[in-house]
Amino acid sequence: MALDRIVAPVIKDAIDFNIQLKPYQKLSLDNGVEVYAYEGGSQEVLLVDMVFYAGNSFEQKNWVAAATNFLLKNGTSTKTSFEITDAFEFYGAHLNRTCTNETATVTLHSLSKHFKEVIPIMGEIISEASFPEKEIAILKQNQIQRLLLNLKKGDFIANRLIDEYLFGFDHPYGKYSVEKDYTAINREDLMAFYEQYYLNGKCVIFIAGKFPKNMEALLNKHIGQLPLNKKDIKEQVHPIISATQKKYSIVNDAASVQGSIRLARHFPNRHHPDFPAAQVLNNIFGGFFGSRLMSNIREDKGYTYGIHSYLQNFKHAGAWMVSTDAGKDVCKATIEEVYKEMKKLREEMVGEEELKLVKNYMLGALLGDLDGPFQIISRWKTYLLNDLTEDYFYNTIKVVRSIRPEELQALAQAYLKEEDFYELVVY
Amino acid sequence: MIQFEKFQLDNGLKVLVHQDTSTPMAVVNVLYNVGAKDEDPVKTGFAHLFEHLMFGGSVNIPVYDEPLQRAGGENNAYTTNDLTNYYCQLPAENIETAFWLESDRMLSLAFSKKSLEVQRKVVCEEFKEHYINKPYGDAWHKMRSLAYTKHPYRWMTIGASLAHVEDATMEDVKDFFFQFYRPNNAILVVTGNVQTEQVKQLAEKWFGPIEAGKPYVRNLPKEPVQEKMRSMDVRADVPLDMLMMTWHMGGRFDEGYHATDLITEVLGGGTSARLYERLIKVKQIFSSIDCYHFGTVDPGLLVIEGKLVKGISMAVAEKAVLEEIEKIKNEILDAKEVQKVINKTESVICFEDMSIMNRAHSLAFYELLGDADLMNKELGMYQKVTPAMIQQTAQKIFQDNNRNTLYYYSKS
Repeated sequence: MALDRIVAPVIKDAIDFNIQLKPYQKLSLDNGVEVYAYEGGSQEVLLVDMVFYAGNSFEQKNWVAAATNFLLKNGTSTKTSFEITDAFEFYGAHLNRTCTNETATVTLHSLSKHFKEVIPIMGEIISEASFPEKEIAILKQNQIQRLLLNLKKGDFIANRLIDEYLFGFDHPYGKYSVEKDYTAINREDLMAFYEQYYLNGKCVIFIAGKFPKNMEALLNKHIGQLPLNKKDIKEQVHPIISATQKKYSIVNDAASVQGSIRLARHFPNRHHPDFPAAQVLNNIFGGFFGSRLMSNIREDKGYTYGIHSYLQNFKHAGAWMVSTDAGKDVCKATIEEVYKEMKKLREEMVGEEELKLVKNYMLGALLGDLDGPFQIISRWKTYLLNDLTEDYFYNTIKVVRSIRPEELQALAQAYLKEEDFYELVVY
Repeated sequence: MIQFEKFQLDNGLKVLVHQDTSTPMAVVNVLYNVGAKDEDPVKTGFAHLFEHLMFGGSVNIPVYDEPLQRAGGENNAYTTNDLTNYYCQLPAENIETAFWLESDRMLSLAFSKKSLEVQRKVVCEEFKEHYINKPYGDAWHKMRSLAYTKHPYRWMTIGASLAHVEDATMEDVKDFFFQFYRPNNAILVVTGNVQTEQVKQLAEKWFGPIEAGKPYVRNLPKEPVQEKMRSMDVRADVPLDMLMMTWHMGGRFDEGYHATDLITEVLGGGTSARLYERLIKVKQIFSSIDCYHFGTVDPGLLVIEGKLVKGISMAVAEKAVLEEIEKIKNEILDAKEVQKVINKTESVICFEDMSIMNRAHSLAFYELLGDADLMNKELGMYQKVTPAMIQQTAQKIFQDNNRNTLYYYSKS
């Protein structure tokens, strides 16, 4: 019998998969710090994520939170910056720092067999960071140079401005640093922030991978004795002040051959009942390669290398964002097409076939996203830090499976309205 | 240790299977033995443009993406100077969908006019986004054409100029496809929750009927040994001066390859590496500096590039880099520093091998080199590198007549 290449092989719909979020183990260190753990994986590696409530929403001066986070490993009372990095790197371990709005993280990636050698140093930088003047000076200098470079890039400018329009420059979600913020920082600012938010701070730990037998004892010895979680650190509340003007066109570089386009509106955070359904609508709109924006604006018209829409998930607020870089002469046409796609979603119901495809795609991708110990703990981390439980996970799956075209249309009518969107092009 | 099984179909397609039952997913990876280096010098950018066209529909299936997404899968592809690689990940139960899709586009593309027209534009926008509308975006175009005079590594995968991509014709597309996209010029790797018997049966069913093509015999011009130092001055609207230096190094089969890789680690791997510590932290001459290489199959380039601290002259920066180069040539590394870069390499390998996707990429790449099992021997090769080998290799590579320098000045 000749092979039939026209008809697709039979598939099992991803909506019929039984997708489970594997549970974490929880333990408490001697000082009360909670550790969420997921053990598993095929390689002898592990990850330790120490999350501090030390994000930029806690700072009084711009850039203090990020600079403190960055410089944690650039010197302790007994070790120089080089000695610290060298000690990690000798064992093939990596220590990364990231600072976001609410939290700031210190993350260790290590071979399991070398964990016992590197965890003491991780403990030391949390308890004895010294912020040497010279390290601060070098960071400032390099940061200013990096900023000069970034200010040449349209996409960098666009990302900063769109957040400012949405949330206001005085809100942690909307602010950004300028050169004088870097020069204004001094060692006292960093020491004070460090003492309050790290040394005596509030911390929660996530670990995943293959653990050595004495994992808990090692964590207790090197982290469990630190004076963490003694004081309650209250989250800061900042008012959102959005721009009144909605449309912006900015020339950053007259010779630019492309424009960076951002369209954005406010959108609630994950706790809002519309959130899971909006994720489905977003996928149809611009959330993956097969989305309408990508099919129309890249695959049909060739205006751009890529166009995406996404829900920006901050803890206390959010935004619905469309982002692309398009040829200078087609920026206007690109924006018109985005609005046309919104209008279509408001006026016409999504077809059953398209909806089924998106549902299967989303759930298949979710299955893939949960593959591996680091992925599983990372999902739990997102939930726990955003005050969500596994109900959120199962509810989202339920909504994806069951949502109907008419519900999506109603959602589009509520949220995908041209007049609600800020519109920015940076050339 | 990554276990795998290997077999070959009558049409020459090599198939590798790596089973991992801990995951619900499977990866299907098809590597074609064609990269930018196989392009006609007057039609560059073709291998990469082609990668885009591979998603524009095949002879029996109008769109590639939709059926895969319906099966809960995701996919992507990349083109390098050496190869083109396509991969998709999907729930293992739906793996046949990937075989159906991948085999149909190996059988023949639809060669749609519309797809060619649109993807030419998309690639031109990609070109603009990454290489024109970006500070220093043209640096690698300039460096490649400075460092290479004959070998096709002298152009980038995106192409030597926008015009080459704009001028691509359907005739070119068809020729390219039937020359390179044949089963005997490809490697299929399947990883994840699969069984070898099942893969064998699916491979025979879907790929077996595809006819072999004329074997591709690669006969690229060799890059002559460089005899004199070369340099180029660039002035552009960028905020900071940049210094970029390259030296010719051995290819993937060169006996000094692993030592060379470790040299780039000693100099540029992380913030405890020599260039970062001495030139950014101690001397504060650079605000950023990197040392790396591309791991190309044919003889490649070892690169040092950095942005200068404002107020520092190019001559001072160059001298500082060359002092570090002299040090690695003249002073033997202590055992601890060598141990460190070997440990780091071990760690990189372990972390890379965590996902079935990376395992599929690596198996395909090492099979392209001649034997997928090289993947499992790689760490051993690094562990054999001694301080003396590093010094000898450094002395061989870091010679002035082997060097190319781009002085990239800020106009402001």
